[in-house]
Amino acid sequence: MSIRQGSLALVNVERIKNRGAFAVVESRAMILMKYLPSLLSVAVANPFLYLLAVGVGVGKLINTHSGGVDGVKYLTFLAPALLATAAIQNAMDEVVFPTLEGFKWHKSFFAINATPITGKQIANGVLMAAMARVLFSVTVYGAIVYLFGGFTSMRGWLAIPTSLAAGAAFGAFIMGIAAWAKNDDSFFMILGRFVMMPLFLFSGTFYQLSTMPIYLRWIGWLSPLWHTTELGRFMTYGHHITAMMFVVHIGYIAVMFTGGIIFSHRQFERRLSK
Amino acid sequence: MANQEVLIEAKALVKRYGDFTAVAGIDFQVRKGESFGFLGPNGAGKSTTMRIIAATLTRTSGEITILGKDPEKFGPEIKAHLGVVPQTDNLDQALTVEENLYIYGRYFGLSKKFIKPKIEELLEFAQLVEKRAVKVEALSGGMKRRLTIARALVSEPEILMLDEPTTGLDPQARHILWDRLFRLKEQGVTLLLTTHYMDEAEQLCDRLMVMDKGSIMAEDSPAGLIKNYSTKEVLEVRFGSDRNAIVAPQLRELCERIEVLPDRILMYADDGETLLHELGQKGLHPLTSLVRRSSLEDVFLRLTGRTLVD
Repeated sequence: MSIRQGSLALVNVERIKNRGAFAVVESRAMILMKYLPSLLSVAVANPFLYLLAVGVGVGKLINTHSGGVDGVKYLTFLAPALLATAAIQNAMDEVVFPTLEGFKWHKSFFAINATPITGKQIANGVLMAAMARVLFSVTVYGAIVYLFGGFTSMRGWLAIPTSLAAGAAFGAFIMGIAAWAKNDDSFFMILGRFVMMPLFLFSGTFYQLSTMPIYLRWIGWLSPLWHTTELGRFMTYGHHITAMMFVVHIGYIAVMFTGGIIFSHRQFERRLSK
Repeated sequence: MANQEVLIEAKALVKRYGDFTAVAGIDFQVRKGESFGFLGPNGAGKSTTMRIIAATLTRTSGEITILGKDPEKFGPEIKAHLGVVPQTDNLDQALTVEENLYIYGRYFGLSKKFIKPKIEELLEFAQLVEKRAVKVEALSGGMKRRLTIARALVSEPEILMLDEPTTGLDPQARHILWDRLFRLKEQGVTLLLTTHYMDEAEQLCDRLMVMDKGSIMAEDSPAGLIKNYSTKEVLEVRFGSDRNAIVAPQLRELCERIEVLPDRILMYADDGETLLHELGQKGLHPLTSLVRRSSLEDVFLRLTGRTLVD
């Protein structure tokens, strides 16, 4: 082993300042590739079985008896919500476990922090890698919805960008929580059962939020899932929303995403300097 | 060495956590090509000082520059030229040995073209060629440690920092590691290490800073410390646990200094054999006796009144 050039000649700090997060993405990609077969099978089997049961099975019942929902087939109504749910679930998996691993289980973030890469860049890298997986999963989901005839036109594919927005906003926020949490995954099991599940059920996923009693609607209002689902339904089949609500939906997601990033950056920097 | 450029310079460096002072106003300099060690027991402030140098912990007061820069203002610029080996291995468990080296190179922004041959060199250096495709979780403690060191060398750092490099390793693994570190030292790599093992400090360090409770107790070469703070030789005698304290006053008159430890008495003299002979003449016959050279353990005992490893 020899020291030939030395770091003064080798390492370009300015380049790392600009592109450091991509090295974190690369490391996440290397790890994800090891789980490729299971990632692929989950990405395909999950939506396939779900759509078969709920979209087609329950959908047939609803289409026959009520002539669909919101003026469209039940699967078309359901698709943007299902894609956004999948995006949120995937984003959560891909930010929570790497963050707990990085800070608590194997402390690999502390190893990265010893290099010129900053805590903010680690956070950005983890979120970017998570979003790459979210993009992959919702695209597969979209393709399966398409095969089941859930998209009435090519506009159906616009559910992909709205679900990505859901994943990014939720992912950014939950990553900060994972960095803040001192306890390990039991906290996230509780979060999954008592926060994620109610959000999924009360965000107008299976029926419109307006059909729910007023005292339960606030859950939907707080949920990024409802905001992105409303946007998705508007984009994919022209579900009616007012101009003001359009702005509110976009604004809510933008604020949650920006706030989530700021919160995550702070938590990452704080944890790494302890 | 004295003419070499100063790479690290600290003046009145302080780190406090609430009421607790971890580093209590220390001054030191590390020059290029030097092998500099912080020696002290757990809680002496060694690791805290290392983390301040590594730009991962902010100081409370005082001044410090690494490669002429303040770590609080130029974190990434300083980290770019450091190789850090933490106390606990924080390798990526999901990746293989060579993947760990590869990705660490990428964190330093190094090109794939540079990293590829570098991995071969590092695997050779760390004696891990056979284990290249093995996941980290399957490695032994010594192998993980060598991999962590190899990983820290991927960017050809100006300064290699090692926090307790051989703690928890078996004797054979320690000797392999010392050999690897000695090779780096021969190549002129600046080494900065913390240890509470005196043999490690003697083997690897040109200069040592003895720390206790956040302060510097002494600073010199290992030989210089022994010369200044101890005698040439030490006679270790055991009279039995209940008798050690009883005979101690008599022993004190026979030599420069004695230390009464729970299980034995250390007698400091330049000629241990002669001292042992004198003991016999006085009718003092220890159950066991041993004459050895003075070590850094004796220096530490002299400076702090405590042993290094409790």
